[in-house]
Amino acid sequence: MKKKSFTRIIAAVSVFAALLLVLTGCGNAKKSSSQSNNPSSVQQIKKNGTIRIAVFGDLPPYGWVNKDGKRVGYDVTLAHQVAKDLGVKVKFVQVNANNRVDALNSNKVDLVLANFTVTPERKQVIDFAKPYMKVSVGVVSPKNKAITKASQLKGKNLIVTKGTTAENYFTSKQPNVNLLKFDSKTQQFNALKNGRGVALADDNSYLYAWSKDNPSYTVGIKSIGPKSYISPAVKKGNKSLLNWTNKEINKLTKQRFFVKDYNTQLKPYFGKEVKPSDIVLPVK
Amino acid sequence: MDHSGISVLFEGTNFERLLGGLWVTVKIAAVALIVGLILGIILGVLRTFKNRPLRVLLRLYLEFFRIVPTVVLLFLFYYILPRQLNFNLPGDQLATLVFALWVAAEMSDIVRGALISVPQHQRESGKAIGLNRYQLYRYVLIPQAISLEIPATINLATRVIKTTSLLMLISVMDVINIGQQIIEANNHTHPTGVFWVYGLIFLFYFLIDYPLSWWAKRLEKKRLERANG
Repeated sequence: MKKKSFTRIIAAVSVFAALLLVLTGCGNAKKSSSQSNNPSSVQQIKKNGTIRIAVFGDLPPYGWVNKDGKRVGYDVTLAHQVAKDLGVKVKFVQVNANNRVDALNSNKVDLVLANFTVTPERKQVIDFAKPYMKVSVGVVSPKNKAITKASQLKGKNLIVTKGTTAENYFTSKQPNVNLLKFDSKTQQFNALKNGRGVALADDNSYLYAWSKDNPSYTVGIKSIGPKSYISPAVKKGNKSLLNWTNKEINKLTKQRFFVKDYNTQLKPYFGKEVKPSDIVLPVK
Repeated sequence: MDHSGISVLFEGTNFERLLGGLWVTVKIAAVALIVGLILGIILGVLRTFKNRPLRVLLRLYLEFFRIVPTVVLLFLFYYILPRQLNFNLPGDQLATLVFALWVAAEMSDIVRGALISVPQHQRESGKAIGLNRYQLYRYVLIPQAISLEIPATINLATRVIKTTSLLMLISVMDVINIGQQIIEANNHTHPTGVFWVYGLIFLFYFLIDYPLSWWAKRLEKKRLERANG
């Protein structure tokens, strides 16, 4: 008799544990199924009163956290404006470069504003709205021997980091330039300082920031090769938020919001050589 | 660069933020350990039963959580399962759940090992005086097993605390994640800040983990003293 009751207790506990798991699962499933099938539509966001936006937390000056613990940066300013125009509160979810797509696809966030470069591969898995920033490959060189044209690089050593757009571009489009390839940003900048090459090619926005701290160098070629665009991204098929974001970007571009955003967030990092028009897209 | 990197730690609210991150880390580890240890003891007892299907099932559970790396588990539970099952938990709750399940799995093996290493004559003596299964576990096996399993359990606890450093993957603002924010925010002005921030995080983890491992060592020593008279 006693033996049975012990087995029963164990059985009851396991059933209870199993039920608990199932119930928590169901409870959440119900909640999301009642929220229509798009938890990130404009209507739903307004109903919730919050928009969840993925941003970087460690990429100054785009998305980072200042010494007072506040999220700031070019992307973050845009995120606040988006929330303001939707009339909702903003909830930031910090992501890193590798989990931006997953955060959208598993409904962890409604919108990604994390220096997200538009590429054909990414377009297959998520939807990009209209761009709010442009970047391209730039070439930095010592001020006293500045390289200002691609033709000056012919037969000379150019420093790049492996796997970057810069390496890709020069390998395929400028085969007569000798490339010196490095593994990290620190290595490549050290190589330039040690005179291992006449110039260094990388994303121009990095170079602007670097040359500001290293005033004996200048970004002689600001933009070479194809331009890349930085866009807000939404989950694939989320037409409602995509259309709204497109309108919002158009409106903000017309209001010259991005120029203001540039002046407050990016200018202190990029220095005087760079103009807002090198980064911000023109009004159409 | 005249500034020493150490000033990074005390600028603005940086130090408080790191402490806040540490609190998140400790909270997740503590809740996961409490839930996981209780569940693990139950599972461990169940694993010493003779019921074959039950043992196979629990063995599979243990092996799954022991073999699959924690990074993969976190990724699976945070990004992949929600897409399939439509269930969504915030990062820190989910982290607690995953860690609790992991602790339960590891703990079940510790408890099982401790229970079967209680000398056979104890079990037989218990049966001989007419104890039923519940009484046998309650008064004979579990009290003797506990002193055997405590050092391994504390070792598990220190491992869990250290493994919380993976939580930045699923957007939990733990101490490592906040450290990274501070490092990147100051990289231009204080290139040596990285050393100080990680140094402080090392100290935090050490201050939590070392007393635990000291305690484990002491308990082990006491047990040996008792066992050898």
